[in-house]
Amino acid sequence: MMVATVVILARSRNLFAVVVLGGIYSFLMATVLVALDAVDVAMTEAAVGAGVSTVLLLGALHLCKAEEAKPAHRPWLPLAVAVGTGAVLVYGTLGLPAFSDPEAPIHTHVAPRYLNEALKETSVPNVVTAVLASYRGYDTLGETTVVFTAGAGVIALLRRRKKKDKADAEKAAS
Amino acid sequence: MRNDLVLRVIAKLLIPFILLFALYVQFHGELGPGGGFQAGVIAAAAIVLHVLIFGLDATRRIVPERLVETMLAAGVLIYAGVGVAGLLLGGNFLDYFVLSGDRVYGQLRGIFWVEVGVAVTVSGVMLKIFYMFAARGHDDGEDA
Repeated sequence: MMVATVVILARSRNLFAVVVLGGIYSFLMATVLVALDAVDVAMTEAAVGAGVSTVLLLGALHLCKAEEAKPAHRPWLPLAVAVGTGAVLVYGTLGLPAFSDPEAPIHTHVAPRYLNEALKETSVPNVVTAVLASYRGYDTLGETTVVFTAGAGVIALLRRRKKKDKADAEKAAS
Repeated sequence: MRNDLVLRVIAKLLIPFILLFALYVQFHGELGPGGGFQAGVIAAAAIVLHVLIFGLDATRRIVPERLVETMLAAGVLIYAGVGVAGLLLGGNFLDYFVLSGDRVYGQLRGIFWVEVGVAVTVSGVMLKIFYMFAARGHDDGEDA
């Protein structure tokens, strides 16, 4: 079902259909994450991917035309780059340990300590929260700052445009 | 769309529950799935729904842009403030153990305020971005 969604996504020229299909893809992805027992990530995917970003894209669509422009050049070079990168990434996965292998380095490094000690040290039953907010507090502070910077960047970009429009309008009026 | 009775009634019914669910995700994040980021996004989604149904002007009266912009910065400041509080009480930056007499209780308190900071910033940023996009279409529409 996800493959079908992606194929239609890539072939569709109507941007409205693309946005809606993107939302559907996010919901399917959220179901996959629930199946993988990553409920926290699934929740984020459903709320951000399917909810807020779909609405934001629709808002952006409101500002421009609903049909994608015809490509100006041949797709062969980008296609070759994408296929090449994909092949390298697949080659990279060959070196990874098998899926859910208990002997994998990720399961023998700090994970057992977090799983065994988190409840005792922080009295927080949800280990994801304990790791995010306590053991990896610096990382989460950085993440929050990134989100803040993204918001500030959007404000800077869109607000300047608005003032410029106003100035242009005044120039045209005078 | 703004005059559609069904949409208005359903939205009025749904928005309080979405906001309540956001608070649940926020404060229950230590016990079940969820946390600051998810709660912030869900709260922002409730207000985005309000914009979609009742229009940008009505929502701006309830959640003014100035408040949203303050939230943007306030969240990061709350988070960093927890770190500085740890410093002032004699620990390292973002050290929660010193926030309370009991080490474990200090951890709980630190995690709680950190999650509040994340939620405030995330919902502020989501709303601000949405406001900016919606305002552009809105103002253009008025000009045309």
